[in-house]
Amino acid sequence: MVLFEDVWLTYRHAAHPGANTPEVLRGISFEIPEGGMRWLTGPSGAGKTSLLKLIYLSEHPARGHIEVLGTPVAKIARNQASLLRRRIGVVYQDFRLLPQLNAYDNIALPMRLAHRSETNIHADVLEIMKWVGLSHRSQALPFELSGGEQQRIAIARAVVSRPKLLIADEPTGNLDDDQAQRVMLLLTALNKLGTTVIVATHNTTLMQRHPAPALRIESGRLVQDG
Amino acid sequence: MANLPHPPADFLGLRTALSDRLLPLLVGAMAFLAALGIAGAEASASLAAHWQQDAAAALTIQVPDPQAQDAGNDATRLAAVLGALKTVPAAMNVAQLSPAAVNQLLSPWLGTDPADLGLPLPAVITAHWAGAGGVGALRAALQKLSPGTLVDTGALWTGRVAALTTSLQACAAAVLIIVALIGAAVVSVATHAGLAQRRETIVIVHELGAFDGDIASLIARRILRLTVTGALTGTALALPVLAWLARLAAPFAAPSLSTALLGLPAPLWAALPALPVLAAFIGWGTAQLTVRGWLRTLP
Repeated sequence: MVLFEDVWLTYRHAAHPGANTPEVLRGISFEIPEGGMRWLTGPSGAGKTSLLKLIYLSEHPARGHIEVLGTPVAKIARNQASLLRRRIGVVYQDFRLLPQLNAYDNIALPMRLAHRSETNIHADVLEIMKWVGLSHRSQALPFELSGGEQQRIAIARAVVSRPKLLIADEPTGNLDDDQAQRVMLLLTALNKLGTTVIVATHNTTLMQRHPAPALRIESGRLVQDG
Repeated sequence: MANLPHPPADFLGLRTALSDRLLPLLVGAMAFLAALGIAGAEASASLAAHWQQDAAAALTIQVPDPQAQDAGNDATRLAAVLGALKTVPAAMNVAQLSPAAVNQLLSPWLGTDPADLGLPLPAVITAHWAGAGGVGALRAALQKLSPGTLVDTGALWTGRVAALTTSLQACAAAVLIIVALIGAAVVSVATHAGLAQRRETIVIVHELGAFDGDIASLIARRILRLTVTGALTGTALALPVLAWLARLAAPFAAPSLSTALLGLPAPLWAALPALPVLAAFIGWGTAQLTVRGWLRTLP
């Protein structure tokens, strides 16, 4: 489902075009089976977000082999990459809601990009808004929502298309304990329905409450798998 | 399902990222210049055709030693040539220039009364040539009748006017090409500015699985609307200026234009509507290329 073999990642140097930064990820190898769930943990700056970016095709590895949902990503055509992205739901650490769209339209966006009919979209969006407890906020713009509400809209957007793979980068970072617990119940419910789930977090309490194998990264290296 | 919410028409926020003021203004200026360029090309072609027709049709015949006997000793050389011209249907309005008119023509070179110099001046006959072919046969016949007779047409001036017309039209074409290139550059810069302003939004949409073609089409549609608005405005604003210029050029133009709409020739009326279409094509194509190129910098 998700396969990394000796994956290295560097970024282009912002100040020196043509040069690369030191390796952010070094020789990462792991495999997550279909329907699996993994915590991704490690100290700040260890490379968790970079690893997630590789999975949702936001970065290319410097070297190594990556397969996502059974597709090798190295030489994937651009339209094929777009189709693959539609099967991946992503909850970003900073929400990344479109500021000019209200909550309803933000959640509907992935389905509209996939050219789904408005009738289907409407039913799914209403259902997911109810699921995240924000039915009454459908017309609110992101700046009118609290951090926790934005987080829940971001989660709703990520799962509304029923993705085969769900990636969440600190999805409970802006939520109180009750809300965090509610979000984790949503994610584990999705996982039980067959969605592969990867959750990056610092929250050890949450990890203890929802036991699952963990990938631990330190200084760009994978130090724990399982 | 009558209560379905409408999808937002502008979910990339392009209305604010791609201003509806600057780009239409610049494209409007380009369309205005292009309209003047097309009108210039059309006017030069039209005037040249008019002048060429007049020059080519003008016939000047010089008969040296006009009072001498002709080849058959039947009449004077001048009378023989005049008589022969009257039998040619294509030679119309045959008229001999009076001595005073000949003097007036020669006065810049020979003074106020060239006859006083005692020079043997030829008789000059003018005519309008309405024949389909050249004047070679007429020239040969007159030569036989009155050796030394010169038959001159406006062919030399026709050639010069044709060359002038070609160069003017080439200039107009160059102006149009430059205007089109500048228009494309303006659209490209505006598109890049819009992309920079909406970078974060476009990256998110890209990562949610939008095709490059879908994103490019959204932006190109906005650019299309702005360029067409600008081009329509620029072309419309050019019309009164062109009508004014046509009025100034009316004495030199073909008489048929005096009754044309705004005094503008039909080919110009056909070409002007093409300007917004051309602007639309340039705007849409440039935006598509710019956005797709920019998206290729994303993974």
